[in-house]
Amino acid sequence: MAEEVREFWRWPESHWANPDIDWKQGKIITSGVDVGSVSTQAVIMVDGELYAFSSTRTGSDSPDSALKGLSIALEGTSMTADNIDYCIGTGYGRVNVPMAQQTITEIACHARGANFVYGSAVRTVMDMGGQDCKAIRCDERGKVIKFMMNDKCAAGTGRGMEVFADLIGVPVWEIGPRSFQVEKEPPMISSTCVVFAKSEVVGLLEEGEPENDIIAAYCAAMAHRIVELLNRLGVEKEFAITGGIAKNEGVVKRLEKEIDVKTMEKVWHNPEYNSRNYPFDTQIIGALGAALFAMALLERGRVKSARKA
Amino acid sequence: MLANYGFKDGSGDWFLVIDTDKCDGCGKCEAACPANVLEVGPDEYDPFREEPVAKVREEERKKIRYSCASCRPGYGEEPTPCVIACESGAIYHSEGWKFLYGKQ
Repeated sequence: MAEEVREFWRWPESHWANPDIDWKQGKIITSGVDVGSVSTQAVIMVDGELYAFSSTRTGSDSPDSALKGLSIALEGTSMTADNIDYCIGTGYGRVNVPMAQQTITEIACHARGANFVYGSAVRTVMDMGGQDCKAIRCDERGKVIKFMMNDKCAAGTGRGMEVFADLIGVPVWEIGPRSFQVEKEPPMISSTCVVFAKSEVVGLLEEGEPENDIIAAYCAAMAHRIVELLNRLGVEKEFAITGGIAKNEGVVKRLEKEIDVKTMEKVWHNPEYNSRNYPFDTQIIGALGAALFAMALLERGRVKSARKA
Repeated sequence: MLANYGFKDGSGDWFLVIDTDKCDGCGKCEAACPANVLEVGPDEYDPFREEPVAKVREEERKKIRYSCASCRPGYGEEPTPCVIACESGAIYHSEGWKFLYGKQ
């Protein structure tokens, strides 16, 4: 019998709907769909409150992934896509979101989303995406005041981490905890390029280096790469990380240590959201920002509702 | 907003920076740029801004190091044509070109 193929890069998909909101009582329903290179998120808001979201993997077909993302977010609710007033597409694949009336760059959306999620004290947002990372400075309203991205290569990104997880044979969500199970912090992987880093890892494995040490060395290298971008931008408190890598403590803790700034605690700024146990997910922040923009544009009368039902 | 278009790699920082608070969208930089790197259009990073803004063309953002190189940003005898054209002083380059190609 064939050996079971394990895919260590596969992170769990999720979806959630808010049991406390009756959407039919709501006036304005907006959605944001963030089609990234690796993951797709859809967020639905009712009158500016989080109603539902999904986080799934992006397939080879962006329009398909966007439609799938939205339908999974709507799962278990009585809402349909036709009930949505305005939808904004964002992310790398934003031009391929069929149900979106408009697109907005993910940089603007992450700043806006982080402002909602972490509160208005956020000044620096680091979005660590699947294939690039973006360093953003914003004001107390979540408006971007400075940004830069590193979109030239995929080292130090989510996809790089997935490739590494597969290579070392450790599920991607175990990378963080295991990177701290070392006797002493090993020197970081020296290659910044994900392809060269991969061959360096293979070399270390052959030398019999303990797995956890290699994991620590890779996390440290990824953290260091992000620090270089952050240093150029200049980090101002409060500092928050968004995107998938924010979930990897192995990278986040090493990053905090290197710049000597703590990231904001991963809890909702809105205490009610915490007491009602709304799931906190750093991956939905871009889509959430898009849904908030949709709300704001409608309220300001800048756009018209496209609601069909 | 300081919009940093470009990238950072092992050899330096390759950014064309546009200060969108100073930019009035006049389009003189677009006309002046010999490499056709710049354009004027809606602000992609601020959906509430109504006036147009100068930006680096999407397809140029990953190769700006090479597109901007012929104007010798930061180390030529004169400022780059885009910088000269911009009356409000909204455009400048990062120091990658100067550090790597400039005379010591």
